[in-house]
Amino acid sequence: MARWQGQLIKLDEYRWRIPQDYKKGMRVPGLIYASEHMLESMREEQTPEQVANVAFLPGILGYSLAMPDIHWGYGFPIGGVAATNIKDGVVSPGGVGYDINCGVRLLRTDLGEAEVRPRIRELVDELFLNVPSGLGSEGKIRVNQKEMERLLVEGARWAVKRGLGSEEDLDVTEERGCLAGADPGKITDKATKRGTPQAGTLGSGNHFLEVQVVKEIFDPHVAGILGITEIGQVLVLIHTGSRGFGHQVCTDHLRVMEQAISKYGINLPDRQLACAPIESPEGRDYLAAMACAANYAWANRQCIAHWVRESFSRIFGESPDRLGMRQVYDVAHNIAKIEEHTVDGRNIRVCVHRKGATRSFPAGHKDIPECYKEVGQPVLVPGDMGRRSFIAVGTQKAMSESFGSTCHGAGRMLSRGAAKRSIKGADVIRQLEDRGITVKTGSVFDLAEEASQAYKDVTEVVDVVNQAGISRKVAMAVPMGVIKG
Amino acid sequence: MQKSFEILDHTADIGIIAYGTDIKQLFSNAALALFSLITELESINEKLHFKLQVRSQDRDSLLVEWLNELIYLFDAKHVLIRRCDIEDLGYDELKATCHGEAFDPRKHEIKRGIKAATYHMLKLDRNDGGYRAQVILDI
Repeated sequence: MARWQGQLIKLDEYRWRIPQDYKKGMRVPGLIYASEHMLESMREEQTPEQVANVAFLPGILGYSLAMPDIHWGYGFPIGGVAATNIKDGVVSPGGVGYDINCGVRLLRTDLGEAEVRPRIRELVDELFLNVPSGLGSEGKIRVNQKEMERLLVEGARWAVKRGLGSEEDLDVTEERGCLAGADPGKITDKATKRGTPQAGTLGSGNHFLEVQVVKEIFDPHVAGILGITEIGQVLVLIHTGSRGFGHQVCTDHLRVMEQAISKYGINLPDRQLACAPIESPEGRDYLAAMACAANYAWANRQCIAHWVRESFSRIFGESPDRLGMRQVYDVAHNIAKIEEHTVDGRNIRVCVHRKGATRSFPAGHKDIPECYKEVGQPVLVPGDMGRRSFIAVGTQKAMSESFGSTCHGAGRMLSRGAAKRSIKGADVIRQLEDRGITVKTGSVFDLAEEASQAYKDVTEVVDVVNQAGISRKVAMAVPMGVIKG
Repeated sequence: MQKSFEILDHTADIGIIAYGTDIKQLFSNAALALFSLITELESINEKLHFKLQVRSQDRDSLLVEWLNELIYLFDAKHVLIRRCDIEDLGYDELKATCHGEAFDPRKHEIKRGIKAATYHMLKLDRNDGGYRAQVILDI
């Protein structure tokens, strides 16, 4: 692929603008959050072109935004954010992605590294056994058609009602684990067939479960409120989404949107950006189906969190409560949400597409839990498998500049093929074990595709958004045990 | 002999390039390229035989829909496909008989899951030797 030659205007050390006149048809300029050092690989990958393409979406407001972990996606870049006016704007399934509500949930514990490390192999084996993972894996929960409909409408609460978790978990989950407007009537038979057996499974690919140790605390006050009190404290990170259900919802609705673009006379530079007006039958149907998939993912992470607690309880012989296994937070990384934002001094309702981006609401915002009102919404940024993850909080600057959004992870740097050519799955395990990380995986084959070398360093990504002020870093944790499907 | 398919390597995803002396062969080879990404084609026996019918709005979309139908078959029904006979292929509809077997974890090593075939950078061209198509997959 040829290097991208367009103009990037430097606004400051961490923000770069693609002028609106770069390409005829752009409705707003592009804005990329990145350090100068990151720009070259973005140009090599042509990602700024995708940022410019997103600016074609009817009703887009402000900027077509890109986070520093941006990488080449299909249609939308991964790490892209676009807000559209709900009155005359569009919703685009490509702006959410196939893995609807792929996201992360973080649990804290009162355990310290010294207690867990001697038993990490045992713990990892127990987690691997207790949390269904891998391709073709089927859940431990059996869901019939009627139950599936309830799950799609209720989200995480569906699992809590079945005794998997508590009301407190819902308090610290984005949207309380249930996106409004879910309508199972908008779900195809195919999505149901694909999703039903996979409910309550971790999946494979870049999805993982990590037992982590807090390595650094940047803001002890905020960290304390989040339940992170000391270096060496053990945390658990769950990273998964809506599995085959969400993929099918996206596929089904992209097909509909493909036809909608000509119906509504929408002109786009890439078919994968297919969209429809939010206030159209196609747009409404997609949002109702997407909400089902988002809820499926929240139910999924809720079930998995419960089995994680069970596993810890078995190994350490204490109840999850006694082990202090409270949920810190749960965030979506791939989602479209109707939110209120201030644009040109006016409060309006917009549809914020976050594809590989995290909501980053500030202290005092009405949509964040009471317990975090003082500090802002927790932002969870996992690194690649086996490196490090960050905990941050949302800021006012994110509200005024990035539609309440920030980065979501490391961002891929090497293609899967290149990753595989440079390293073997078995070597990845060895490298991780050399660094004191115990790994258990269902497939050594795709382990190489997820090796650290394939990703940008998440530290640099988090530093950029921290410096740019769209989220503020609070703590950093490193893995001790990894379970990968 | 002309090769039947190639794998295209991209940063976040994987693509396939399929070839065919005619359009039917192109669609058939695209299916093989897809399953070669999921497992070793040689490990799949032809034990199951079934018919598929796919409709779409145009030829390009039909290719995407066809691959999405196969992805669905694997993900929902755990069927691996070794060979496809495309019996009928119009501008927006195809009929095929597929041959393969059910996934058996003792026999088939699954390399990776595939979420969907996308419209991104989708290309279907005719050249002197026949047809060539490119499809990017989300994995």
